[in-house]
Amino acid sequence: MSAPRSRIGPSNPVAVLLGFTLVLLLSLPLAALALSASPDDLRTGVASPLFAPALALSLRTTFVSLVVTVLTGTPLAWWLATSSSRTARAVEVVVDLPIVIPPAVIGVALLQTFGRRGLLGPPLDALGVGVPFTERAVLLAQVVVSAPFFVQAAANAFRKVDLDILIVARTLGASPTRAFFRIAIPIARPGLVVGASLAWARALGEFGATLLFAGNLPGRTQTMPLAILSALESDVRVAIVFSLVLAALGTILLIGLRLAPSVWATFAGRGAPAATPLGRGR
Amino acid sequence: MDAATRGHVPDPTRETAWRVHVRARIGTLDLDVDLAGDEAPVAVVGPNGSGKTSLLRIVAGALPALAGKIVVNDVVLYDSESAVDLPIEQRRIGYVPQGFGLFPHLPVVENVLFGLSNQAPPPSRDERIRHAMAMLAALGCTALADRMPGQLSGGEQQRVALARALVIEPRLLLLDEPLAALDATSRRSVRAVLAERLGQLRRPSIVVTHDVRDVEALGAGVYVLEGGRVAQRGSVAELRANPASDFVAEFVRA
Repeated sequence: MSAPRSRIGPSNPVAVLLGFTLVLLLSLPLAALALSASPDDLRTGVASPLFAPALALSLRTTFVSLVVTVLTGTPLAWWLATSSSRTARAVEVVVDLPIVIPPAVIGVALLQTFGRRGLLGPPLDALGVGVPFTERAVLLAQVVVSAPFFVQAAANAFRKVDLDILIVARTLGASPTRAFFRIAIPIARPGLVVGASLAWARALGEFGATLLFAGNLPGRTQTMPLAILSALESDVRVAIVFSLVLAALGTILLIGLRLAPSVWATFAGRGAPAATPLGRGR
Repeated sequence: MDAATRGHVPDPTRETAWRVHVRARIGTLDLDVDLAGDEAPVAVVGPNGSGKTSLLRIVAGALPALAGKIVVNDVVLYDSESAVDLPIEQRRIGYVPQGFGLFPHLPVVENVLFGLSNQAPPPSRDERIRHAMAMLAALGCTALADRMPGQLSGGEQQRVALARALVIEPRLLLLDEPLAALDATSRRSVRAVLAERLGQLRRPSIVVTHDVRDVEALGAGVYVLEGGRVAQRGSVAELRANPASDFVAEFVRA
C-alpha cells in the first residue's frame, strides 16, 4: 500500500484556493452554457437549417479522418516505439509539430500545398482534383491536426508492451504479424483507444485550419464549429444550442473513457472471447 | 541421474544433444561462447552484464548472432557457414523470460493454448483446450485455468509460463532467472517443484540463475559467463574445488 500523498506533499490553504480558482474557471463557462438554453431554444436550434447538414458533415468527416488516422498512425506509432534510430527520433518531432503550430498556420500551409498555386496544385489540377474549399479539405485539415494525438498515445502504449512478451509469442510459433495483432495490439488497446478518442475530439473541434483551407460553406464545408460562428452572426440562441451539442459529444466521450477500464475488466474476465485485432468478437 | 554424473558438463567438442557455439555483439559486449549439454539442465551463471540473457535471446532467435552454429538434437537452428538462420517461430524453443512474460490480457488457459493455435493447421478449439488443460494439470494448475495472469502469485505464474512453454514440445527449454521474481519462502518450494519437473521431462534446458542453490537442486552442470566468455565450466563441486575467478569463488560459497 502506498501512503496517501496528501499526508506527504504540501496542502497549503493558499494552494488549495489557487487550484480551486482554476476549477471554477474551467467549469463555470460550461455551466453557464448549459443554463443559458431553454427547451424552447433547443427546439429552435435543432430546427435551424444550419444544424443537420453541419452535424452530418462533422460526424462523417471526423469518422473518416479517424479511420485514416488509425490506419496510417498505428504502423507509424509501432515503428516510432520500436526503432532506436535517429530517423525515428526526427520523425517523432515532425509528428508533434502540428500540436504546437497554431491551426491557422496549418490552414495556410495546407493551402500552400494543395491550393491551385500550391506545391501539389499543378498535378492535382491536371488530374482535375480540386482540394481547397471541398469536403476533402475538411478531412485533410482534421487528419493533420488530430493524427499527432493518436500517434503520440499509440507510440507510448506500444512502448509499454514488454519485449519479452513479444519474444515469447514468437517462440510459441506466432509470425511477427500474428504477434502484433494477437499480443501487442490487445495489450496496447487502452492507450490506443485513449489516443483515438483524443484525436477524434480534436478533429471534431477543428476550426482554424478548416476555416482557412476549406472555408465555411453551408452544406459543403461547414462543420459544427464553423456553424457556431455563422449562427452567432444571426441568432445567439442557435449558436448556444450548437455549442451544447458539441459539449455533450465531448462529455459523453470523456465519461466513456473513464468507464472503459471497468467495462473492459468485465469483458476480459472469465469466458470472454480471445481479443481480436482492432475490436472485439471472433 | 546417479551421483557421479550429477552436474556433469559435457565437453562441447564431443557428441552432445545440443550445442550452442556463437559469437555476437550486444551493445559494447563481445559475446563468444561454446556451450553443450544433454538431457540434464545446464545452468548459466555470471555477473550482471556478462551476456546471460542475451545468450538465451540469441538461442531463441530474437537477437542476431555474427557467426557460429546452434544445433539441437541434430536440427540446425543457426549455422553461419551454411547460412541457416531459422526465424524465432520455427525454432521451437521454450522460452520463459525473467518475470515470466505471461500475456496479461488472456486468461491462463488462453496463455497456454496460444502456442497450439499457431500450429498449421491449428487443432480444433476443443482439442487445444483439452491439450492446454492437460498441461496445466501436469503442473498442478488446473484451478488457475480461468484466472487472469495478474491474479496469480509468482510461483503460480512461473508454473503457468512453464506449461505454456512446454505445450509446444520445445526442442530446448530456456529459463531466465526462473526463481528471481519470487519471495524467499515460495522460492524454496518452487525450486523443488521446478527441479522435479525438469528431472522428469528429461528435455534439454538452459537455466540462467545467480543462486548456487538452484544449480544444486536442478543437478545442473554450470557454465560461468564473464565478460561474454565462458570463464569456467563444471559441476558445482568442481567449481568449488578449483574456482577460476573471484566471481566463481563467491558464487559457490553462497
